[in-house]
Amino acid sequence: MFTFLVQRLFQALIVMFVISLVAFAIQDNLGDPLREMVGQSVSEAERQVLRDELGLNDSYVVKYTRFITSAVQGDLGNSYFFKRPAVDVILDKLQATMELVLGATLIIIAVSIPLGVYSAIHPKSLWTKIIMAFSSIGISIPVFLTAIILMYIFAIELQWLPSYGRGETISVLGWETGYLTKDGLLHLVLPCISLASIMLPLFIRLVRSEMLEALSSEYVKFATAKGLAMNKIYYQHALKNTMLPVLTVGGVQIGTMVAYTILTETVFQWPGTGFLFLEAINRVDTPLITAYVIFVGLIFVVTNTIVDLLYGVVNPTVNITGKGA
Amino acid sequence: MALLEVKNLRIEYPSRFGVHAAVKSLSFSINRGEIVGVVGESGAGKSTVGNAIIDLLSPPGVIAAGEVFLDGEKISGLTLEQMRKVRGNKIGFIFQDPMTSLNPLFTVEQQLLETIHANLNVTQDEALKRAINLMQQVGIPEPEVRIKQYPHQFSGGMRQRVVIAIALSGEPDLIIADEPTTALDVSIQDQILTLIRNLCIEKNVGCMLVTHDMGVVSNVTDKIAVMYRGDLVEFGETAKVLGDPDHEYTRSLISAVPRSDRKLDRFPLVSYIEEAHELQALDIKNHWLGQSEEQRDYDGPLLNVENVSLRFITKDSFFESKREYVQANKNVSFSINEGETFGLVGESGSGKSTIARVITGLFPPNEGKITFEGIDLTAIKSERERRPFRRQMQMVFQNPYTSMNPRMKIYDIIAEPIRFHKLAANESQIQQIVFDLLDHVGLGRMAGVKYPHEFSGGQRQRISIARALATRPRLLICDEPTSALDVSVQAQILNLLKDLQDELNLTMLFISHDLPVIRQVCDRIGVMQQGKLLEVNESEQLFTHPQHPYSQHLISLMPEFKGLRSSI
Repeated sequence: MFTFLVQRLFQALIVMFVISLVAFAIQDNLGDPLREMVGQSVSEAERQVLRDELGLNDSYVVKYTRFITSAVQGDLGNSYFFKRPAVDVILDKLQATMELVLGATLIIIAVSIPLGVYSAIHPKSLWTKIIMAFSSIGISIPVFLTAIILMYIFAIELQWLPSYGRGETISVLGWETGYLTKDGLLHLVLPCISLASIMLPLFIRLVRSEMLEALSSEYVKFATAKGLAMNKIYYQHALKNTMLPVLTVGGVQIGTMVAYTILTETVFQWPGTGFLFLEAINRVDTPLITAYVIFVGLIFVVTNTIVDLLYGVVNPTVNITGKGA
Repeated sequence: MALLEVKNLRIEYPSRFGVHAAVKSLSFSINRGEIVGVVGESGAGKSTVGNAIIDLLSPPGVIAAGEVFLDGEKISGLTLEQMRKVRGNKIGFIFQDPMTSLNPLFTVEQQLLETIHANLNVTQDEALKRAINLMQQVGIPEPEVRIKQYPHQFSGGMRQRVVIAIALSGEPDLIIADEPTTALDVSIQDQILTLIRNLCIEKNVGCMLVTHDMGVVSNVTDKIAVMYRGDLVEFGETAKVLGDPDHEYTRSLISAVPRSDRKLDRFPLVSYIEEAHELQALDIKNHWLGQSEEQRDYDGPLLNVENVSLRFITKDSFFESKREYVQANKNVSFSINEGETFGLVGESGSGKSTIARVITGLFPPNEGKITFEGIDLTAIKSERERRPFRRQMQMVFQNPYTSMNPRMKIYDIIAEPIRFHKLAANESQIQQIVFDLLDHVGLGRMAGVKYPHEFSGGQRQRISIARALATRPRLLICDEPTSALDVSVQAQILNLLKDLQDELNLTMLFISHDLPVIRQVCDRIGVMQQGKLLEVNESEQLFTHPQHPYSQHLISLMPEFKGLRSSI
C-alpha cells in the first residue's frame, strides 16, 4: 500500500510539474503585465526600469523558479480584476462548480446504469433501439445547444424552472450549498442535465458493452447452470464485473466534466469556476487563468488517484498492497 | 429406469446460409452411479448435447426435435422458471475452464452459498456447514480458511475442485462435466477424475463426461458414446467400444490416439477425418530445400545447452535486495545430436517453453552457455551476427490461430523468411520454393492465395511448419505443436513431422506436456519440473524404467490407453 501511494504521489508530482510548465508559459507570454499596471503616460525608459525591478527581464529558468517557489506555497499571484489572491478567488467559486459536477454525476449514474443494463439484457427490444438512437444523437449535439434548448423549453415557454444563477443557498459548515433549499434545487436542474448530457451517451454505451461482455462470460453461464435466478445473475454477478471498467473511465471523465463546466456555466450564468475562467480570459486576467489551469490539473490528478485506489478495493484480483496473494 | 434418457435429439443452428444441424437424432441413456463418456473431435457436437440438456445452448441454437427425460420426467421444452429449478438442483454442470467459470469478484463462500440457497431450503448456518463439508469432500485443505478467499487465490486444480463443489452443492442427480480436466496438468487431471468417479459411486449420481481425451474415457467411464459430425456412431460398454469397435470412425479415432505403452513408427488409419493432399515427394539432393550454405564439418552435438539459468522479476523494487524473482530455468544442461528428436516434457510452469525461447535467443539467459555447432550463441552481441543462427533455428508454436498474421496471404507468410534472409536469387525462385513447400506439407499450391482464417487448425499448423522450413533450418523447435489440435489431426501432423525429418535430416526439439505424444515422437527425453531438468534418458528407457521419482510419478499418472485389442 505504502509503495503504491509513494508511486502514485511521484507520478502526480511529474504531471503537476508539466502542468505548471504549461501554466507558466501562458503567464509568461500572454499579455504584458506592465500595461495592466501603468498608464499610457509612462515612458519607455521608465517601463524598462520597472521591468528590471519586477524581474521581467530575467531568464526563463529564473522566472520559472520564482513562480514555482511561490506556487508551492499556495501563492499563484493576485488576480488583476479582483485585486485578491487568485487561489482565493477560485476557492470561492469552486463550491458552485463542485455542486454542478456532483449533480451531473448523480444524473449520469442514475440514468446510464439502468439504461445500459437494460439494453444489454434485452438487446433486441424496441426500447434498446430507442435508447441507442438517443445516445447516438446525444453524442452529436453540442452542450451549449442542449442547454439553450432546455432553457427555451423549461424556463421560457413552460416557466417551470429558473434559467440562470444558483438561487437561494444556505451555508453548512462553511460550504454554500444549493441542495438544501427548494429554490437552490430548482436552479440546479437545468445546468446539471445539460452538463450530464455530454457524458451520458458515452456512459450508456460503455455500461452496455461491458454488460454484454459480462453476460457472455463463462461465469455467467456457470451461474445459470447453478440454478440461480436470472435477476441475481444480472444484477449481482454481471453488474459487479460491469462496474469495474466503468469506474476507471468514470474517474477520468469527472475531471473532463470540470473542464466542460466552462460552457454550461456560461450559458446558465452559473457563478462557478468555469464562468470565472471565461471572464478571466476576456479580461486577460493572466494570474487567474494560470491558477485555473493548475487547479483543473490538480482535480484530474486527485480523481484519478482516488479511482485507482477504489479499483483496488473493489477488485480483489488487483493487488495494490504489493504483497503476494 | 434410466436416470437420463435422451430420445432423437436434434439441435439446429439456423443462419442466413441455411440451417446447420449440430446434432442429428441422438439417443442415449445414463443410469444412476454410471459415468458415460461422450467423445468425439471438435465440431462433433458433444458439448452441444450437454448444453442442450440443461437448455443453455448459445443462440441461435435450438432443440429442433426430440425429448430429454430425467427420472422419467420430461425436461425438454420447460419454461425458464421450471428449467431453473432443474439446473443445479437436478443437474450439476462442470465447465472446462476453472479459470473463467468462477466469478472473480465474489468469494468462494458467496458463490457456494448462493447455489445452496437457490436450490435447497436451508438456513444460513446449515448452508455454511454444508459448504465447508463439500469443500472437504472435494479435497480442499483448510476449508474454513479457504472458503473466505477469492477464486484468484486458488490454483487451477483447486478451482476446478471448487467448481465441482458448487456443482454438487444443489444435490443433483446427474452431473454433466464438459471437458473437466482439459485445462489441467496430468497429475491434477488424475485427482479430479478420481474425485468425480468416487463421488458418482458414493452419492449414486449419474455423470455425463464430455471429453476429447481417449485416455480419460478409457480410465473412468462405464459406457462410451462416440460422436462424429452430429451423429452418434457408437454407444456401448467402454471395453467393447474401445477394444472392438463396430464403426469405421471409432477405429480411426482410436488408432490416432498416441499409445502410451509402445512406440509406433507411424499413426495408421488417420485419413478418415481430414484428408490432406497427397504429399509430393521431392528429389531432396537436387532441390533447394536440401541444399545448405553451411559447411558441415563439425562433429559434436548440434546443440549444446550448458548450465542455463534464467529468472524473471516478479516484484520489482528500486532496492536490489527487495526484488523478487521466479527461477524459470535452473542449471539446465542437455545436448541434441544431428538428426535426433529431443523431447522436453513437464507440467505447466516447469520451464520447458522458456528453454526454447532461451535457445532461440528470445530471452537471454542469466547464466550458462548455448552452443550451436560449437559456436557460443550467448556470446553473440549484435543482431547481424545472430541472424544466420536465427535462420538455422526455427520454431513451430502451439497455437496455430494466433501465430500467423491474419492480414497476410499464405504465400507471403511463407515467402517472408526467404526474402528476409535473402535465400533465393529472384522472385520466380521464391515462388517455386513456396509452391514446393505447400505441396510438401500436403496443402497444395493453391493454398497460397488464401488467408489464414480459411484453414482449419491442423491445416494452419501445416502452414506453420512450411514457414519454419522456408529458411532451410537445421534445428526445428516445436513448442506443443499439437496440443491445440484434435487427435486425428495431431496424428497427421506428427506423421508429417516424422516424414520431413527423415527426408531433410532435421534435428528437432519437441516440447510437450503429453507423455504419449512425446513417446511416439522422441528419441531422447528430458523431464522438467520447476525449472530443473531432472532426468535425461532414452525414450524407451524413460517409459519402462524411469529413474527420477518425479518421472516415475508422472508416468504412473499417465492415463493408460492401450488401443485396439485386435491389432489393425
